[in-house]
Amino acid sequence: MTRGASITLDHVGISFGDAHIVSNVTLEIRPGEFVCLLGPSGCGKSTLLNAIAGFLPVNGRIAVNGRPVAGPGLDRGVVFQSSEVLFPWLTIRENVEYGLRLKGVPTAVRREKADHFLGLVGLVHAADKFPAQLSGGMRQRAQIARVLINEPHVVLMDEPFGALDAQTREVLQVELDRIWRDTGCTIVFVTHDIWEALLLADRVVVMTAGPRASIKTVERIDLPHPRDQGSAECLALFRKLRDDIGAEVKQALRQQGLNREQVEA
Amino acid sequence: MTDTTQSPGLRLPWGKLRLSGMATKVCVGPLSVLGGLVLWHVASLYTSPLFLPSPLTVWHTALEMLADGSLLESVGASAWRIAAGWAVGVAVGVPLGVFMGRFPVIRLMVDPYIEFFRFIPPIAFVTLAVIWLGPGEVTKIALIFYTTVFIVTLNTIAGVKAVNPLRLQAARSLGANAFSELTTVILPSTVPFMVTGARIAMGNSFLTVVSAEIVSAQTGLGAMIWTARNFARTDWVFVGIIALGILGYIFDRVLRVASNSLLRRYL
Repeated sequence: MTRGASITLDHVGISFGDAHIVSNVTLEIRPGEFVCLLGPSGCGKSTLLNAIAGFLPVNGRIAVNGRPVAGPGLDRGVVFQSSEVLFPWLTIRENVEYGLRLKGVPTAVRREKADHFLGLVGLVHAADKFPAQLSGGMRQRAQIARVLINEPHVVLMDEPFGALDAQTREVLQVELDRIWRDTGCTIVFVTHDIWEALLLADRVVVMTAGPRASIKTVERIDLPHPRDQGSAECLALFRKLRDDIGAEVKQALRQQGLNREQVEA
Repeated sequence: MTDTTQSPGLRLPWGKLRLSGMATKVCVGPLSVLGGLVLWHVASLYTSPLFLPSPLTVWHTALEMLADGSLLESVGASAWRIAAGWAVGVAVGVPLGVFMGRFPVIRLMVDPYIEFFRFIPPIAFVTLAVIWLGPGEVTKIALIFYTTVFIVTLNTIAGVKAVNPLRLQAARSLGANAFSELTTVILPSTVPFMVTGARIAMGNSFLTVVSAEIVSAQTGLGAMIWTARNFARTDWVFVGIIALGILGYIFDRVLRVASNSLLRRYL
């Protein structure tokens, strides 16, 4: 099936006019690696993801499998936080088939592949329903299937489970772990949930508070899957990441006008 | 619904009338119309027929006009003009709105005209329309086209601008190019706006057809209402008004049912 691609970020900076959101990010992501971007909200991790997706112009260089990124492309699938991106006028099956329809894949082939990917995310029974008839968790699974059917080398996920309840999120995290293993694609996953990052990632990239956000630390998570969040190694990593991010959150809040005492308290 | 359940019923000043939800829906409208007719009748007893003909008089006049074919002829003439002008207006307004919404250059080019002309009622153009297009059908249809096209265009532009940008990003990353983005995301997203525009335009078409027919037509409901003046036949005016109301109701119903069944997944 799909094989992952490498991603190279070389002194990447992103600015809107005078506002420098991200600056000087350099990172090498191996093919098939699962990388989580972790950081305080508003730090620019989603912006960085959008840049890899090709939605934003950047300074510096972003390359996927050595080819510079110039606009959105089929090699990079994007799973958004909001399931609003599903087309409400299409059924779940039609949504999943969307990419193949654009490519002009014949109906029979399309149907077969859609069945496969609907099965992968456990949505065969809901194939002929419309997005509005599904729960938030099911919609996010549909979105993942719609991206995977194009067999992208890289899947970019922007807090895909952020709007879901805790139980659904846990189920989907386990499913995503399985899907990632099945497809072998490279995943860049934005989150502000440390446990989520610990559960999923090969490497966790902690970002500094914006503006001019950059990489604070990169933590390798060398634990076997499926991971036990209660293990000593996991707890130690959790504490370390929490402290790293805590410092950045405080910094961010201070910039937003909260004074030192309120933050420390 | 059984009698023991607490049905919403009708809250009347003198107590609560117990009716099931369905019965409430079915009965209240017709009862209200019946009440209105009774009021009209009572009022007509105290005035002269020239001032206010009674519902029965109007009913008999309507039957006469149906029998001699003049009513159907008028309804048919007006309905045709509305349908033709409106349909062409929608057919031009939708693509115009999409292009204006999609391409800022076209919007900048057309915007001044739209912003200027949309405040000018079609009736202001009746004289010009007759001079330019002659006294025939085209004049009336053109005026209804004029009244339709702005509303549909403006609504469609609003729809195109309201397309969720995340959906466009999603489409792009799933392989859409500028053209497929237009046909598979922007057009479907904009359908509710187009339908709303078309429905409002239908209402305005009725306003326009009467004005146009009053000024320059021998047939149609507007002409009929205007002719009644020469013969002091207030009852004709009432027949014309009621026919307009019913015709409008039917047109809107047809439009709503058609859009709900044909375009349901987009609404």
